[in-house]
Amino acid sequence: MFSHIMVPVDLSHAAAMAPAVKAASDLAHANDARITYVGVTTAEPSSVARTPEEFGRKLAAFAEEHGDGLSVDSRAITSHDPTSDLDRKLLDAAKEMGADLVVMVTHHPNLADRIWSGHGGDIAAHADMSVLLLRS
Amino acid sequence: MTDEDESVGVPAPDGDTALIETDYNIGQDNVEGSVGPLGFDIHNPVFVISGVSVVAFVLFTLLMPETSGDLFSWLFNEVTQGFDWFFIASANIFVLFCIVLIFTPYGSVRLGGTEATPDYTYTGWFAMLFAAGMGIGLMFYGVSEPLTHFSTASSGEAYGVVYGGDELEDDAFPPGFTSREQFDEVEALTAVSPDAVNAALDDAVPADARGNFTATDARTDWSPLSGAANNSDEAVRLGMAATIFHWGLHPWAIYAVVALSLALFTYNKGLPLTIRSAFYPIFGDRVWGWPGHIIDTLAVFATLFGLATSLGLGATQANAGLFELFGIPVGNTTEVILICCITGVALVSVLRGLDGGVKLLSELNMGLAFLLLLFVLFVGPTVTLLSGFVSSLGAYAEYLPELANPFGRGDVNFRQGWTSFYWAWWISWSPFVGMFIARVSRGRTVREFIICVLLIPSLVCVFWMSVFGGTAIHQVLSDGYTAAQEADLPIQLFRMLDALPLASITSLIGIVLVIVFFVTSSDSGSLVIDTITAGGKVDAPVPQRVFWCVFEGAVAIVLLLSAGGLNSLQSMVISTGLPFTVVLLLMCYAIVRGLSSERRI
Repeated sequence: MFSHIMVPVDLSHAAAMAPAVKAASDLAHANDARITYVGVTTAEPSSVARTPEEFGRKLAAFAEEHGDGLSVDSRAITSHDPTSDLDRKLLDAAKEMGADLVVMVTHHPNLADRIWSGHGGDIAAHADMSVLLLRS
Repeated sequence: MTDEDESVGVPAPDGDTALIETDYNIGQDNVEGSVGPLGFDIHNPVFVISGVSVVAFVLFTLLMPETSGDLFSWLFNEVTQGFDWFFIASANIFVLFCIVLIFTPYGSVRLGGTEATPDYTYTGWFAMLFAAGMGIGLMFYGVSEPLTHFSTASSGEAYGVVYGGDELEDDAFPPGFTSREQFDEVEALTAVSPDAVNAALDDAVPADARGNFTATDARTDWSPLSGAANNSDEAVRLGMAATIFHWGLHPWAIYAVVALSLALFTYNKGLPLTIRSAFYPIFGDRVWGWPGHIIDTLAVFATLFGLATSLGLGATQANAGLFELFGIPVGNTTEVILICCITGVALVSVLRGLDGGVKLLSELNMGLAFLLLLFVLFVGPTVTLLSGFVSSLGAYAEYLPELANPFGRGDVNFRQGWTSFYWAWWISWSPFVGMFIARVSRGRTVREFIICVLLIPSLVCVFWMSVFGGTAIHQVLSDGYTAAQEADLPIQLFRMLDALPLASITSLIGIVLVIVFFVTSSDSGSLVIDTITAGGKVDAPVPQRVFWCVFEGAVAIVLLLSAGGLNSLQSMVISTGLPFTVVLLLMCYAIVRGLSSERRI
């Protein structure tokens, strides 16, 4: 049913990504699909990495760690302003790599989501492919 | 939980650089959480100190307008009179420092590592440099400053009268005088020298009261240097030179110093994008403690008040323009409504982010400004303007050493009221503009960076001033059109445009430009303050940006409404600019230390 699953991850909250990683792995096993872990970083040093290259290595390590015998890959995206660009960057990446499913964690909707929707909601609203959102 | 603990070992950015080894993890002092549904991720204590102080400041100014008004004017006088030499001398150091860097081998260090490539094209880069760096000032002072210096220079030096006798009631006059009017006339006497004032006093004052009157020691006129009395050609040259002095190399050197140090320590040294990082070579790891907290908090204050001043100027000018075009009344109500609406637009831009909001508006702005410039150039006295550009540059070169001299000058009012105010203003803008420039300058070499941040914007400013100011001065000298010269500062631009064809269209473009410049300053300022108060994180949650954007508008409104109006804004700028000048001087040293360990390409 699915051949290429994209999993956006926030390395500064790596532990909270567990549900998405688990679900994506299960689906990939069932469908014989491959997984690409995608992370967005900045050119400026961040709490995760001091350079985009360091971020790329950490993301690759994360992907490998959660390989689970599957074909996994990672892709680091550098953004000028992730606070506002994140969703667009993720959507572009999904389209570009030809993913047919996006699996990501999202928080419970609250009052603020009426003004700024969460990343998951935004992706689901705008993506061409299927999106699976997991409550963290 | 975060995986910060894994952050060991420091790899190089693109190609060779000398990353600083430090145990500090970005965000380690941050507090993450949420207020109700709104998430935050802020640096403690920088956010708390600056946030609480800003709120306290707004309340103090609103609740005690008289006290705060007195305090502001006292501050303004103390700082401009006591420290004018310090501002002028420091600004000279920054210019020389930048020029020296161009020619040293340090010029070939690349920001972001030897292999880094630029993030933005030249067009996008310049548009953002300008929109952030000069913005509303170009609109506000483009006509009014050359015109003002030209007018004061034409009148030349003047000295006034000091009355040293007993204090007088409203209608009273000292013995020997026949009326209050006679006394007022004597007190208002001016002449070109103290001797001439004394001679005039001998004639005008009755003999028994003469001892109570003396000439002032200091000049009372506002002309730059010695002025150019009765020589209008020279007055034009001096007026243009003085204007260019304030908009040319010096402000851009101030920005370049801050921007270069931030870019270097962020992209090449791997430290967080916040002002304190530039001080690592001086304070070492202590920079993550209180010395750094103080520096960052100062930077937030300087940015906030620098921005508020600009917003205040922008609101008064947009208001003046709307009155000229549509008869919308000039006053606090209109200005407050304007600030609110414009802050609203800035908010949208901030939410859309750096590429989707700020860059887009900056480019739109540059396009519009360029069209207006071309229009004035070709519809105005084109040949005079072009030759004026060349002769203004010549005049700038000729007068620069005198204008930049911090000591032993007679032009008290010009030096303190214009030059040191400007320097303080640029310096208080520098953390914001510098940080913004740093953020968009990755991938440039130091030499390319300084040439592009120092020389090209200076030339563009000179050209802008030559065209706008030149047209207005030409109208006075050749056509005898003095409506602009006689108007208040905010209206002068529109009066100048009135005398050209299609005035209603160009004035409208003028107002739109003022407003968009206002927005681009406000949104980029919010991004910068947000980053500083998030400990250098550029991906802090959205509500924080909203908080700062709204508070900038609030500070601008409160200062405009306070007893002193624009003067309160200016005194806050000057007062926060002073300590930050020291910060900038230290930065120069830190840059040299940082560059010396980098590999040159």
